Amino acid sequence: MHTRYTWWTFAREGALIVVALLFLVPLVGLINVSLKPQDSQTSALSFAWPPTLDNYTTAWREAHLGPALGNSFLITLVSVALIVAIAALAAYPLARVTRSWSRWTFYGIIGGLLIPGQLAMLPLYATMRDLGLLGTLWSVILINVGQQLPFSVFLYTMFLRELPLDYEEAALLDGAGPLRSFLTVVFPLLRPVTGTVVILNAVGIWNEFFLPLLYLGGSDNTTAPVAIYGFVSQFVSLWPLIFAGLVISVIPILVVYFALQKYIIKGFAGGLKG
Amino acid sequence: MPVVATELSRAPAATPAGEGGSGKRRRVGVRAPWWFVVPAVGMYLFIVVVPSLNGAFYSFTDWNGLGEGWSLVGLDNFTAVFTDRGARAALVNTVVLAAVVVVAQNVVGLLLALGVNSMVKSRYVLRVIYFAPVVLTPLVAGYVWSFLLSPNGAVNGLLNGAGLGFLARDWLGDPSTALYAIAVEIVWQFSGYSMVIYLAGLQSIPAEVLEAATIDGAGPWQRFRRVVLPLLNGAVVINVMLCLIGGLKQFDQVIAMTGGGPGTATETISTTIYKSAFNLGDFPFSIALAVVMTVVIAVCAAVQYRLTLRTNS
Repeated sequence: MHTRYTWWTFAREGALIVVALLFLVPLVGLINVSLKPQDSQTSALSFAWPPTLDNYTTAWREAHLGPALGNSFLITLVSVALIVAIAALAAYPLARVTRSWSRWTFYGIIGGLLIPGQLAMLPLYATMRDLGLLGTLWSVILINVGQQLPFSVFLYTMFLRELPLDYEEAALLDGAGPLRSFLTVVFPLLRPVTGTVVILNAVGIWNEFFLPLLYLGGSDNTTAPVAIYGFVSQFVSLWPLIFAGLVISVIPILVVYFALQKYIIKGFAGGLKG
Repeated sequence: MPVVATELSRAPAATPAGEGGSGKRRRVGVRAPWWFVVPAVGMYLFIVVVPSLNGAFYSFTDWNGLGEGWSLVGLDNFTAVFTDRGARAALVNTVVLAAVVVVAQNVVGLLLALGVNSMVKSRYVLRVIYFAPVVLTPLVAGYVWSFLLSPNGAVNGLLNGAGLGFLARDWLGDPSTALYAIAVEIVWQFSGYSMVIYLAGLQSIPAEVLEAATIDGAGPWQRFRRVVLPLLNGAVVINVMLCLIGGLKQFDQVIAMTGGGPGTATETISTTIYKSAFNLGDFPFSIALAVVMTVVIAVCAAVQYRLTLRTNS
């Protein structure tokens, strides 16, 4: 391990900064183009002066981004809350009980990691249609929860298996029932892995396109990516206008990322250990 | 920053419950009732297991999604899939795309991790920048790249500026480059994810091990090849598996960048499943292709598992 800043470190730093600038080209281009006149076709790297914000007002109105962002937010919030509650609860007996039903339930659930959603897609679509849930946020929420459970249960179970039993035993001596001792003693101890589960699922669900396209496309209840998809096909090649819509749709996730980058990066890195 | 890893290693060795190897049955004093799993199992059966089994079954029928009527048609749907030029192209494209992404994303991710895991002063800022694309909506990133890769776009502009103008082309309009252009976008977007997993692996390598190797006269390359790389094995397995499964399901970026074209040059299994069901209304074809996709993923996962087992031993 190098401990001093040498000429070699300096050269390495220069190379890494050049790569970082290349990584930033799409993001800079995205913002730059959105500030040009609506029908401009100039390159993403030629800066237009003066910048205009006209595209933002038009895009906000034409792409119906207000309600779409609201729906994205609702779906993400409710799905993640349900995933955390259901997965953490299930992981507890799966980690603590050594009977064979526990082991086989665990294997059965994590086996779901290998099943692509496409296999269930059409039968599930027919079920949601028969239940009258097409075009409602509940269809997307329920499917998110079911599909994300295997990974979340896996993370919680692996974490719990490494957690010492002392606290739970102490809680039991105090005479608390199983659900209460789980909520007051075990769940708070799961905070690090709950952080990972929340971050991975929230980013994934917020950005998801396929599922909401299938269940909400064409309805009044779209999410931000689905609204963007319709918006882009409507205004083909009016790039500055399109890019303003894209910027609006990603502002929430980018703001959250830059505000909480330390925790988000940790969440992604930590979720896959073990 | 291996959060969970450090949390775990700090915790004293607990009973490896669930493995049942310790000879102990249930620990007295902890009550974890079986009904805690009921909501999870119920949702999992309802959303994943039952519809997946139905899907597998319907692939041998002419079920069209409407009503309950269906009759068995044997392997007809699979014959249709394997004799369909578009579906065959999609299968090949999907495997090629996944393979390119697995290799490129892991190489780039590992290089970035090695870069920021050093004394460079800007390492924290660099890490934030390299990781930023990971949280970006893939559909949006795809649209941005389709503009950058257009004939007058920034990619050709940068090539011209670097004196490499002869390489400039319509990246997404040319069937021979479109699939690889999509691979570049995916690698740009997700290398940061591989990077943070490798970084967690690198930071869990004890400094003493590297010092010992240096004292024994190992140069930088030997240290990397003989010490660092073997200790990163776990990170490699996780990264390859993530890239592989993600790569085989590719949908969003393809829809945003090419819509599957030109021709069928960038059609993937996922886009073909979607289009055959919802644009063409051919449910039996779509569902049979979904079964093929499941088999492809299972085979790739099994091959990867065997390969990593061999590397480990």
